[in-house]
Amino acid sequence: MLPPDDHAPLRRTPLYDLHVSLGGKMVPFAGYDMPVQYPAGVLKEHLHTRASAGLFDVSHMGQIALRPKSGRVEDAARALERLVPQDILAIAPGRQRYAQFTNADGGILDDLMVANFGDHLFLVVNAACKDADEAHLRAHLSGDCVIDSLADRALIALQGPKAESALAKLCAAAPSMTFMDAGPHEVAGLPCFVSRSGYTGEDGFEISVPAGDAERLAKTLLENPDVMPIGLGARDSLRLEAGLCLYGHDIDTTTTPVEAALEWSVQKSRRTGGMRPGGFPGADAILAHFDKGANRRRVGLRAEGRAPVREGALLFADATAGEPIGKVTSGGFGPSLNAPVAMGYVPTSQSAPGTKLFAEVRGQRLPLQVAAMPFVKNTYKR
Amino acid sequence: MTTTLYTSDHEWLAIEGDVATVGITDYAQQQLGDVVFVELPKLGRVLKKAEAAAVVESVKAASDVYAPVSGEVLEINPALAAEPALVNSDAQGAAWFFKIKIADKSELGGLMDEAAYKAHTA
Repeated sequence: MLPPDDHAPLRRTPLYDLHVSLGGKMVPFAGYDMPVQYPAGVLKEHLHTRASAGLFDVSHMGQIALRPKSGRVEDAARALERLVPQDILAIAPGRQRYAQFTNADGGILDDLMVANFGDHLFLVVNAACKDADEAHLRAHLSGDCVIDSLADRALIALQGPKAESALAKLCAAAPSMTFMDAGPHEVAGLPCFVSRSGYTGEDGFEISVPAGDAERLAKTLLENPDVMPIGLGARDSLRLEAGLCLYGHDIDTTTTPVEAALEWSVQKSRRTGGMRPGGFPGADAILAHFDKGANRRRVGLRAEGRAPVREGALLFADATAGEPIGKVTSGGFGPSLNAPVAMGYVPTSQSAPGTKLFAEVRGQRLPLQVAAMPFVKNTYKR
Repeated sequence: MTTTLYTSDHEWLAIEGDVATVGITDYAQQQLGDVVFVELPKLGRVLKKAEAAAVVESVKAASDVYAPVSGEVLEINPALAAEPALVNSDAQGAAWFFKIKIADKSELGGLMDEAAYKAHTA
């Protein structure tokens, strides 16, 4: 995350009062006053999400509608392809895709979700980047699209193996959705946008709801004994175990999608030899990384010991000597693995799973191994 | 006769003669949340008052534990390596961190008794 202005007053989501009433420990995050945990604590919240269902307030994230002036959604898709290396035209109505805004150097300005709602595109972007993203969209796409900031909507994530049964009681369409389906659906009679996706590695949903109805919907979901409120602490440990990037940490303006091991998110149609190669910011650098390889790569790291290896720890090839070869970008304790987990950047030549490395923690070099991600098998409903 | 004193950094010391048993307070463990790892000082290490002596890690973050007095580390708690969560369940009992031979008893002068510590955390 970009550091928010320390002096600006913290903003509140429509669920602020609910967090406080549930005993949430409120902390500043991306300019918002957000619950880092509830009385259950990070460990229990994490494990509950993997075993049952967790409810997350992600209303701080930006929701943007991209409405084509022509009325044809493919014109909005074609326009957005000027800013992202993904195949947006290929997103079918009712489907969603992971994307990145790139800069002229091939670095990542933000990562986002793009859904095709039939007559327009629906974007979900990171909280700390949302103002810059909107300005970026206005600067480049205003000729083709109306950029509509949906600031009057909250966003609730419901994640875990019991998410489907919990949501099915309120939304008849939920059970028939599969991973990355997305569209307008009624939830508890409210006009919502529902996607089957999330940021935990679990099956689950994200529900965009009018701000004024958000607390009522959250309370209704929490009446289900399977559903527990989950704070940002567990959200971070869940996404780390799932191998998912946190913007501003694992990816930023200095990392290309190839270095970040996000090749899977760039469809062949936008690569060299594809139907519409290039045509996005930084295409030269990114396609060169696809064609010739990048020097460094984001990898998963497992520690041999019990000490968590955290963001910023330097990585070494050797137990004693040498210059650092890389750096940890996210790291901590994985409650489901009951072990430390981390990710970071290393030279591509040392990025194969099983490669032995060392992380410097409090002056000691701790042995690590490069490990395949996700660390915890995901349970998406395909 | 054991006297228990507290630091403003939320360590407790149970003092018997010239040996202090040191841990973190129940208030501190509540603030930290679920403890997943504790790093203790090496036996025989001579600590200076206010020096970082141990590290306690929760899911969220790592926090230093400071030496409340100067002295040599006589014993460390082997139970914490196997069960760091003891710090959450019994911070002021079974989850003691280390025992230290108090080098200079005058350093105890600045520490708080239980009533003063309660006021400090109120």
